[in-house]
Amino acid sequence: MNQKLKIADKEFTSRLFTGTGKFSSSKLMEEALLASESELITVALKRVDVQNDEDDILSHLKQSHINLLPNTSGVRTAKEAVFAAELSREALGTNWVKLEIHPDPRYLLPDPIETLKAAEELVKLGFVVMPYIHADPVLCKRLEEVGVQCVMPLGAPIGSNKGLKTQDFLEIIIEQSNVPVIVDAGIGAPSHAAYAMELGADAVLVNTAIAVSQNPIAMAKAFKIAVQAGRMAFEAKLAPVSKKAAASSPLTSFLN
Amino acid sequence: MSHFKTLFDTYNWDFTLASIYDKTPVDVKNALAKDKLDLEDFKALISPAAKPFLEQMAQKSQQLTKKRFGNTIQMYAPMYLSNECQNICTYCGFSMTNKIPRRTLTDAEILKEVAFLKNKGYDHILLVTGEANRTVGVNYLKNAIQLIRSQFSNITIEVQPLHQEEYELLVQNGLYAVLVYQETYHREEYKKHHPKGKKSNFDYRLDTPDRLGKAGIHKIGLGALFGLEDWRADSFFTALHLQYLQKTYWKTKYSISFPRLRPHSGGLEPKVEMTDADLVQLICAFRLFNEDVELSMSTRESEIFRNHIVNLGITSISAESKTNPGGYAVAPQSLEQFEISDERSTETIVKMLKNNGLEVVWKDWEQFESV
Repeated sequence: MNQKLKIADKEFTSRLFTGTGKFSSSKLMEEALLASESELITVALKRVDVQNDEDDILSHLKQSHINLLPNTSGVRTAKEAVFAAELSREALGTNWVKLEIHPDPRYLLPDPIETLKAAEELVKLGFVVMPYIHADPVLCKRLEEVGVQCVMPLGAPIGSNKGLKTQDFLEIIIEQSNVPVIVDAGIGAPSHAAYAMELGADAVLVNTAIAVSQNPIAMAKAFKIAVQAGRMAFEAKLAPVSKKAAASSPLTSFLN
Repeated sequence: MSHFKTLFDTYNWDFTLASIYDKTPVDVKNALAKDKLDLEDFKALISPAAKPFLEQMAQKSQQLTKKRFGNTIQMYAPMYLSNECQNICTYCGFSMTNKIPRRTLTDAEILKEVAFLKNKGYDHILLVTGEANRTVGVNYLKNAIQLIRSQFSNITIEVQPLHQEEYELLVQNGLYAVLVYQETYHREEYKKHHPKGKKSNFDYRLDTPDRLGKAGIHKIGLGALFGLEDWRADSFFTALHLQYLQKTYWKTKYSISFPRLRPHSGGLEPKVEMTDADLVQLICAFRLFNEDVELSMSTRESEIFRNHIVNLGITSISAESKTNPGGYAVAPQSLEQFEISDERSTETIVKMLKNNGLEVVWKDWEQFESV
């Protein structure tokens, strides 16, 4: 059994976090997310009607093991992000927020300056802040200093399915971080997810690769297994990698 | 200060058109093999040489659209507020010289139309007017937006070009997007079709997206009215415009619409025909050229065309639109700006989309600004 993951006051058995976008129906979304066994599921505030109990997305996420993680997708500034977070705390009754500030609508890349500003403010306001950011090790330390409960560096642009393009920087972040590191965005295949876990990521967040697959339910299960396997391998400690076979005539054999 | 005109003036229409028709199957294959397409690749994809590759283009367009936008499609409804107009446009039912009853909706009438659309489920709305500055100027628009903003999470307008300060005012009051089509990028043909009124100023219209970008609008919609001139050249200039705007106003989203001339009272025959296959080719070419631009489909097109195009790159769609002010509930019998083609109800369109494996999105925006 893999170690549990703790973020703020919550423990998670599953290290696969998921999202609600891009599914062909809310019913299919629910079935896929149940199959993933994910316990933390992000939902874009702009897509839901928080005043409406019958909202199509929210009404499909009522299971007791599911924790909602509202995200601020659509905001362009720290000020808007804080406003969105407060709105969601009031309407959805959770102080958890996935902080996404991407003023660039093309690649949805996060604005590091506004994100740091908003994170600082939101922590003061009592939020559990999960910031979506570039794989920037210095920014991660700065966010840690203002009190975020985890960091969510990207593997590649959102929805690109390109995998861990930022691997070298993710490794530095994982090495240095005192808060959980969740690789968010770009994970397009279970092998990418397993690899992130083997590197020591604490969790991954996957949405597009599941939602847009030909069979989202099967793909959700595949990701579940991959994340478990990757974590298990990490905890079991991978054997060191060697580029060469051990020399048969060692240079230092004369010492024996 | 940046203006598209500076770039636009370095292009020559005839030379551009010839360069599109000169593209070869090899150019098309090269474009299809690339991940990041440039404007020359776009020319190849809209050229006659690309016709045999239409199925390949459609497959790739579908795949890219699903990756970016998922298995979803956004619903919106147009709402005409006024048909008063001081312009003469040769192709438009609201043209000043057309003898039709003119009407501008009052607050009570607007709310009556809104109630109809809310009942259908709409949450994204497009407000449309003619150009009559005294009756439907910026103050009228501001009032209309204020009146309805609590009921719609996303408000777009398609009205006469405004000044930057006027756009800023409307944005502050809850405006999300503006659609402004150049109609044609052919300067001389533009003049023929817009002989009178403020709209006859080609350059002022061309500069409108720049003013919108400077005003910090969330989304700008571009397009040309197909039928006025060669659709290939007009589409190239639309793509050029899009690329310039995305680089300059990088926080703004963009959408493209594909209006083809439709019959109306006092109608104009298209100078250059655009077939269904041409329109499919163009929609796919835009998707391959630009993975993230929103592509919109109105009720101008036929049922059968819309049933299929929703899976080939389109990201937003309207249903049972009325193109006359008050057309939904206030005065359903009045004359429309143009005849729509697909008259199916919202419920029928929703069912059609679901049968296509698409989740219908009603709401995809929230005003996260304390106003």
